[in-house]
Amino acid sequence: MTGKPKLTYFNGRGRMESIRWLLAAAGVEFEEEFLETRAQYQKLIKDGALLFEQVPLVEIDGMKLVQTRAILNYLAAKYKLYGKDLKERAQIDMYVEGTTDLMGMIITFDFTPPKQRNLALIIERATTRYFPVYEKALKQHGQEFLVGSQFSWADVQLLEAILMVEEREPTVLSKFPLLQAFKARMSNIPTIKKFLQPGSPRKPRPDDQYVATVMEVLKKD
Amino acid sequence: MAGKPKLHYANGRGKMESIRWLLAAAGVEFEEEFVETKEDLEKLRKDGALLFQQVPMVEIDGMKMVQTRAILSYIAGKYNLYGKDLKERALIDMYVEGTTDLMGMIMQLPFQPPEAQEKNLALIIERAATRYFPVYEKVLKDHGQEFLVGSRFSWADVHLFEAILMAEECKPDILSSFPQLQAFKGRISNIPTVKKFLQPGSQRKPPADDKLIAKVKKIFNI
Repeated sequence: MTGKPKLTYFNGRGRMESIRWLLAAAGVEFEEEFLETRAQYQKLIKDGALLFEQVPLVEIDGMKLVQTRAILNYLAAKYKLYGKDLKERAQIDMYVEGTTDLMGMIITFDFTPPKQRNLALIIERATTRYFPVYEKALKQHGQEFLVGSQFSWADVQLLEAILMVEEREPTVLSKFPLLQAFKARMSNIPTIKKFLQPGSPRKPRPDDQYVATVMEVLKKD
Repeated sequence: MAGKPKLHYANGRGKMESIRWLLAAAGVEFEEEFVETKEDLEKLRKDGALLFQQVPMVEIDGMKMVQTRAILSYIAGKYNLYGKDLKERALIDMYVEGTTDLMGMIMQLPFQPPEAQEKNLALIIERAATRYFPVYEKVLKDHGQEFLVGSRFSWADVHLFEAILMAEECKPDILSSFPQLQAFKGRISNIPTVKKFLQPGSQRKPPADDKLIAKVKKIFNI
């Protein structure tokens, strides 16, 4: 029993990656158990470890937390990355929901049959629906961070989203000077800098092997 | 300025219905402005009222809030329906995410191709009966309390109640193997604010009919 949070998920990004980012940004060390076979998954279910038979699962503070947002909310509050009051929390929630939707498009993309994939739509949404919002927010208040002049979950998630979209389209920030500066600032925060280095728990982009493993374990057609 | 929250959405359930339920359960009166046409939606967008160009949007406490979960969390927090500490909030969040997933499946049904609907309805019923309802049944059985979390009425109870009613619309006897949930449903129905919302003439919306579905598809380009 190390007392460290323990993450159970596939050995890849998926829905767990935002959780890894948040823990890392908060400077919290964690352990990971990787799901590689269907048998493992079924055992977890049989043992009653998964409230709704799904991963992500994070064991923390005596709880077996499931449901990505429930986990993220808990971590953000516990590590004081959730604003100072209800209104700041509301701002953070709105910003996070936006980046979640954008990253969700990319997560789904890798599991979509190649013929049906639409990268152009993702880039369009990023550059016309999502990034302009954060660019404007930063412009309007001129602060370093998105909410309340303080580093928060919203900043971590925005950085994660920026990096994810850049992987697919490296020039995507070309019209967003404030987001470029934001990206540089966030990347230099010590905990984040560490997470960005090789050898950290950060996971690489999904490849065919990863997709195949997930489909096999969850028996998705 | 009425000071009442103002809800912007189509005149139907969709993603706004959980917000209507939560406000109603909290005893909060609210106003509604319905998006009836594409032009209505475009106007909201052009006016800069929709942070990510999407509804639901709720004007509350000087904010134009968007994103269903953000709105629900704010309301739950403001009206003390979010537990007494972080751990209770975590439980409420988990439970709500479960019912959100279930209700999400039901909400999507009318928008799926007709050939897929029968199969998807069967899947919804199966998930309700084997993945979701057993969880809440067990929670209630294990602690023997009236409410899901912390012996106190919370957002989780409102959301579960809404999910039960929605699932029953899919299959009226869906609670037949869940005595705790049946009792829970009875109890929650009798809470005055909930009882009021269940009455005809309240702002509760009916299930989507073909006309509404066609309208929504047109407005949102689905």
